[in-house]
Amino acid sequence: MLAYIAKRIVYTLPIMLGVAVVCFMLVHLAPGDPLVSVLPPDASESLKQQLLVLYGFDRPYIEQFAKWLWRALQGDLGTSIRTNRPVVAEVAKAVSNTLMLAALATLIGFLLGALFGFVAGYFRDSWIDKAASALSVVGVSVPHYWLGMVLVIIFAATLGWLPPTGAGPGGSEAWKWDWAHVRHMILPAITMSVIPMGIIARTVRALVGEILSQEFVAGLRAKGMTELDVLRHVVKNAAPTALAVMGIQLGYLLGGSILIETVFAWPGTGLLLNDAIFQRDLPLLQGTILVLAMFFVLLNMTVDVMQTALDPRVERS
Amino acid sequence: MASIAGAPSVPSEKILRSPGYWATVWRRFRRDPVAVGAGLMIVAIVMIAILAPYIAPQDPYKGMTLRRLKPPGTEGFPLGTDELGRDMLSRLIYGARISLFMGVTPVFIALFIGSAIGIVAGYAGGWLNTVLMRTIDVFFAFPSVLLAIALSGALGAGIMNGLISLTVVFVPPIARVAESVTTGIRNRDFVDAARASGAGALTIIRKHVLGNVLGPIFVYAMSLIAVSMILASGLSFLGLGVKPPEPEWGLMLNTLRTAIYTQPLLCALPGLMIFITSISFNLLTDGMRSAMDMKA
Repeated sequence: MLAYIAKRIVYTLPIMLGVAVVCFMLVHLAPGDPLVSVLPPDASESLKQQLLVLYGFDRPYIEQFAKWLWRALQGDLGTSIRTNRPVVAEVAKAVSNTLMLAALATLIGFLLGALFGFVAGYFRDSWIDKAASALSVVGVSVPHYWLGMVLVIIFAATLGWLPPTGAGPGGSEAWKWDWAHVRHMILPAITMSVIPMGIIARTVRALVGEILSQEFVAGLRAKGMTELDVLRHVVKNAAPTALAVMGIQLGYLLGGSILIETVFAWPGTGLLLNDAIFQRDLPLLQGTILVLAMFFVLLNMTVDVMQTALDPRVERS
Repeated sequence: MASIAGAPSVPSEKILRSPGYWATVWRRFRRDPVAVGAGLMIVAIVMIAILAPYIAPQDPYKGMTLRRLKPPGTEGFPLGTDELGRDMLSRLIYGARISLFMGVTPVFIALFIGSAIGIVAGYAGGWLNTVLMRTIDVFFAFPSVLLAIALSGALGAGIMNGLISLTVVFVPPIARVAESVTTGIRNRDFVDAARASGAGALTIIRKHVLGNVLGPIFVYAMSLIAVSMILASGLSFLGLGVKPPEPEWGLMLNTLRTAIYTQPLLCALPGLMIFITSISFNLLTDGMRSAMDMKA
């Protein structure tokens, strides 16, 4: 097992390097020179040259990349042009907000999705199956930013039950687990949970159907086991894969929360990215994406390792 | 010579020919009412997009401050007017053009590039496969929404930049599928036989590999269109992608957000169009998959 984990980490390293290269190149993909957001439009040519040298943009790309990577490894992602604060501090604050929201959404999505998927897979081709399948297609097809707006229209604008935006009466700074704060989280979390719900329902339905058609199930029934105990076997067999899908979905939500956070003005990484893009704060954009992508890579690796640990049938290749 | 005694004599006109793979697929597809319905819905949306100038009752760009945010059902404006007094129905009809174009084009470009990469990697194997597929793996390290937004955020708003970012998002998954089906084909006996008879790599790919891999790759790519529609409109919703005053469903959803308290029904309409289009594509591909008897 330890050897497998070590192997998995070694395999992940080149991918992480590749991710760093892509994030580094993002700044240089941007039209115009990377200083465009710092410089006033009427800046003189000599001032521009001075700044280029100061920021190191006059050096060859390889050298710039090596320096950037070296600093990033030490936890220095540069300074936000907009706020003049270290990018790491900005991202750290936002990540915890997004993580909170994404974790809650994944939990809701997993519980509902696993329930629907299980029932649908068990009662194959019944009306319950059809209803659950329809629900999961809706889950993967609905533009979630629109669903968020519809929920705001219903529960905030029309009924007035829940707040439409923000993360609490005191803004984002003072998050507490009390009703005044948590009620801000309900609509975005439900909106966000719809995608993993659809995907997990689909996965679990297929898994349960496949497991039930295996011979060992017939064997268990033949030896007189009660249906409830048979179901326990089915759950045990389906769990590792379903949990792995859940882990990967959490990663997708962390990285893909920008649209939902924009709708609900939730102060997470998505809103941070939105600001970075529209104020052309390139170091912030680069840093946020780097952190989110690294999170995703590490999460995928952990999911792989956990799945192997939980399910001895998964090949350790 | 007489026929073997006892063998049933079959009149030649009664011999049933196997209808062939695609005919079978089509027959199975036709029997699936959901898939057929979804297919017809997509045909309808495409027709609306093509015929937009002929069926739109008003100019989608012409607004008037006097008639801002009229509710659906107002005389002359069956679906009301938007925040600049432009006819909603006409804007939704014209919106089909840009939204479909933005959603479908990247998948087709990616289908082209991705299958080329995947088929070459799968057929060549060895170090070329390793180099190509490891590079592709790097892009899998980004959740697709994040990658699309990061790229178009760095490139800036605009239709072209949106198309480029979405294409980059869809090349890796298509390449991965293409590589895996090609690897499955390349060691089959008929490929070995072709190689043994002296056929070159290009001939084998063209004559023996393409025909067997394009079906699965195409269906997979089709299943990405639903995601692509949502992502493309999502980019415009954020203010990347399509710029005002173009009628595009995601962008309309964004500009109407200010009217969420005054005209809630109106705000929901453009998103409903995205939803209908994307669910139709999902149901259509599900139907195609089961008709072609492929695993999801």
